[in-house]
Amino acid sequence: MRASIFLFLLAAIGPLHATRIVSIAAASDLVYCLEELNAAFEKAHPGIELKTSTGASGNFFAQIKNGAPFDIFLSADVSYPRELIKAGLAVEDSLTNYAIGHLVVWTALKDVDVSEGLSSLTSATIDKVAIANPEHAPYGRAAKAALEKARLWTALKDKIVFGENIAQTAQFIQTGNAGAGIVALSLVLSPKLHGVGRWVEVPENAYPRLDQAAVLTNRGSANPDAARYLNFLRSPEARKVFDRYGFRLPEQSAP
Amino acid sequence: MQAELWQSIGLTIRLATLTTLALLLIGLPLAHWLNTCRWRGLAFIEALITLPIVLPPTVIGFYLLVTFAPQNPIGAFWQDLTGHTLAFSFGGLVVGSVIYSLPFAVQPFQAALKAIPSSLIEAARISGANWWQIFWHVTLPLARRGIGVGIILSFAHTVGEFGVVLMLGGAIPGVTKVASIFLYDEVQKLNYSNAHFIAIILMILSFFLILIMGLLQRKNSEE
Repeated sequence: MRASIFLFLLAAIGPLHATRIVSIAAASDLVYCLEELNAAFEKAHPGIELKTSTGASGNFFAQIKNGAPFDIFLSADVSYPRELIKAGLAVEDSLTNYAIGHLVVWTALKDVDVSEGLSSLTSATIDKVAIANPEHAPYGRAAKAALEKARLWTALKDKIVFGENIAQTAQFIQTGNAGAGIVALSLVLSPKLHGVGRWVEVPENAYPRLDQAAVLTNRGSANPDAARYLNFLRSPEARKVFDRYGFRLPEQSAP
Repeated sequence: MQAELWQSIGLTIRLATLTTLALLLIGLPLAHWLNTCRWRGLAFIEALITLPIVLPPTVIGFYLLVTFAPQNPIGAFWQDLTGHTLAFSFGGLVVGSVIYSLPFAVQPFQAALKAIPSSLIEAARISGANWWQIFWHVTLPLARRGIGVGIILSFAHTVGEFGVVLMLGGAIPGVTKVASIFLYDEVQKLNYSNAHFIAIILMILSFFLILIMGLLQRKNSEE
């Protein structure tokens, strides 16, 4: 009995030998893609443990500004990482454009038709349209921009509900609580949501390009494994995964 | 922005008021029933009502989100009835808040009703008072402080709600974006001045609610 209590306490305290840990803050559109990427990285680098948090990019930006212990920030845009660099909280030459995001109009309900893309959202069969919160989620910002450009924003304003991040937005739609909405292509292509409902891609010229950038935080610059991870994201192996999730590849050059 | 700030506070007050009214209407009969019923399964009902005290709000939020979905019979019924989904609506938040704050109303109500000597009720009945007269002239005056405690606790607990609304609300300004959600969004946008402002208002409001409750309880025990 006493021994088991001792063992329990030992487990609660944590491993005695220092493990190599890289902590990652990632935009919610990466939630499924990263599972695959991280598994590949951990397989290639046994001994390195990745700790990933996913959420709205704006949320992580605010957290890192207030000293959150992340080594790497994978944002859904480039402006948040740039702001961190400007604030002296991230390493300038680590800025990496790792992907370009894409928007889709998606429904999980059988009797809802989204084949017309954005304009089908005005249909009376759709009660609520879910988008990510434009105030702190880049995908929400892009969705709002697309709706404004299509001159649908005013018409849809009263139907729109805001997900805290793009993953919650997808969950609103997946449960059917929102009849349809605008989410990331990477989410509807994930094994988890594959085949759920129907989706149509929003044309790329309909919204400002969703360049997604990663950056090494000041804390991460002291962790060689964090740089290793960032390099891995540029590898052909990682590219293949990104590609499968619909993140079309950015040019080789830095932004 | 300032308009949206006050709007969110107004929404919180409205949500808390409606939830408290609903809890008064549901909670009092429920408390009475729990006090007088001799059924064996009562402990289960009581445990179920008390559950929200310890349950993570995300559990309630998750179950309600699934229940409110139009694929679900309850969600479908509501949609047929009103033409819109229960999630992302003010009504949905009221339903969520009532469940979330139920024990905070029922438990003080139960205690207040229990404290009334049954001899007084009996005397009123012998004197020919009907149940409404007994409730209005005997029960209510004697239980008023305990009922007051339940009302304040329900109100304060609803003001303090966050997790359920975050999962169920969709942050619609003027509809579901209550003060706690507004504060959360402002922090994420690094608008700390707005965040501070709303935080201090919520602090002061909650403090006075708890203070009044303490005074009520003290008076009650003095008598």
